[in-house]
Amino acid sequence: MTYAPSARQRERIVFHRRQAIRSVLLAALSTAVVGVLIVVGITGSPGWPRVKQSFLNVDVATKYLPDILDGFWLNIQLFLVCAPLALLLGLAMAVLRTLRGPVFFPVRAIATGYTYMFRGLPLIITIYLFAFGLPGLRLQGTPDVLVLGGAAIVITYGSYLAEVFRAGIESVHPSQVAAARSLGLSYRQAMRHVVLPQAVRRVAPPLLNDVVSMQKDVGLISLAGPIDAIRSAQIGQAGSANFTPYVVAAVLFILLALPLIVITDRVTLRAARTQNAGS
Amino acid sequence: MVSRLTPLLIGGAVLALASVTACSPVEDDTTTSASPSASVDACPSGALTGTVTPGKLTIGTDNPAYEPWFKDNKPDNGQGFESAIAYQVAQRLGYTKEQVAWTSVTFNNAIAPGPKTFDFDINQFSITDERKQAVDFSSPYYLVRQTVITTKGSKIANAKTLAELSGAKLGAQVGTTSYQAVTDIIKPTAKPSVFNSNDDAKAALENGTVDGIVVDLPTAFYMTGAELKDGVIVGQLPQVGVPEQFGLVLDKGSKLTGCVSGAVDQLRQDGSLAVQEKTWLSDGGAPELQ
Repeated sequence: MTYAPSARQRERIVFHRRQAIRSVLLAALSTAVVGVLIVVGITGSPGWPRVKQSFLNVDVATKYLPDILDGFWLNIQLFLVCAPLALLLGLAMAVLRTLRGPVFFPVRAIATGYTYMFRGLPLIITIYLFAFGLPGLRLQGTPDVLVLGGAAIVITYGSYLAEVFRAGIESVHPSQVAAARSLGLSYRQAMRHVVLPQAVRRVAPPLLNDVVSMQKDVGLISLAGPIDAIRSAQIGQAGSANFTPYVVAAVLFILLALPLIVITDRVTLRAARTQNAGS
Repeated sequence: MVSRLTPLLIGGAVLALASVTACSPVEDDTTTSASPSASVDACPSGALTGTVTPGKLTIGTDNPAYEPWFKDNKPDNGQGFESAIAYQVAQRLGYTKEQVAWTSVTFNNAIAPGPKTFDFDINQFSITDERKQAVDFSSPYYLVRQTVITTKGSKIANAKTLAELSGAKLGAQVGTTSYQAVTDIIKPTAKPSVFNSNDDAKAALENGTVDGIVVDLPTAFYMTGAELKDGVIVGQLPQVGVPEQFGLVLDKGSKLTGCVSGAVDQLRQDGSLAVQEKTWLSDGGAPELQ
């Protein structure tokens, strides 16, 4: 015998479908109204032709795009190197900060001092200190300013990430460690196999958020001298007296951030689902 | 009777005509200056009207006056680029060396609106539209050149040609003619470093993270002379972009502006400016890079 919905059920289905269509239409309508208002508001403003000319100039954009892309490649490389290093540094510092026992006090103190200091220090100043201060010592084997600037970014972001990791580690209930230890795991093993996996999963969204933030801040490397996308855009702006190169660089940075932002959203959603599943 | 009346009538007619023509100011002007030496009269040699001290030419500059623009802080010794130019302008205007008086005026006072204690002031004033609101400028007597500087012991410290710079790591301030000079004239193989300010570029040079930096010539003299330890001027680059121009500063609406500009134009046309530039700037420590 095949399933045949009752008359009442069919009525329900029709009603739900109608409701769904209605809400989609309403959403589309209100989006269209808001969109039109924004477009009319911007393009209708008295200064629009001038803004369009100096911020959205296609000729200027095509002229400087190759240079900006060239610089953008430096940003990407820098990010690909700096992000894993900052994550590792942050994790290491967080673990050091959660070590127990009086013997480890100096280690804890150093790790704590590090997170306090570099979270407070503006990245621009850190880059200046690293890229102009360190070579000033004229030590043998001082690395390139690109490496020094990258180190400044890694150290600054490492301090933010360390605090996120620490929050994650401390959110794992002490009974978990107790249970692990009673199973015969050493402190290190308990940390590695029980605490850290849970901690990292819990703080994945804010971790990724900091990584997205880092992705754009690698643009500050230009302060040290290398020509990255932002500096290329600035050179273009100075050469053309037009701000379009900045808009071009902005679009590139957004495109670079999009995949990570989508991943962050997915991870957040999944984390929320798994956490709510038990309740 | 007729013979007596005729001259009277003619005289009356002439008088009447004269009175009619006297009413129109244009005619009046031409009648008073309608002499064969009209063009000379506008700038009478050695006797300009409206100078601070009649019969003398009073020239202002700042104290201290720096090399290579002046020498030994004595503008009146005729040594140094701007001192030499000032005396040549004076000479063109018909003033002897003895008829030139120097007065000390700070840079900012010279370009501020208000009464002036000089006939013209020479102190590396860039001609800008903003400053033209407050003062008059003569024709430019110098177009600012871009210059490569470095420190002693750098690999480009002894470079004589542009080709010798092509392998160097160079720096410049963003958005400047200096940066344009790097990319358009030197075209180094290593990507240049670009800095927010000349001070950042200078710091990178001191640290050895760049081999040399490009700045304009006045800045080059100042940086190597006063700021950098062991600073060295490698040389001047060929003219590039839209250069800054130095002009003589005169009081706003000064009667002398036209005469002084004319003198500067003559000096440029007969090559005197180029000679002085070579004497005091190129041979005076900032050689030309070919």
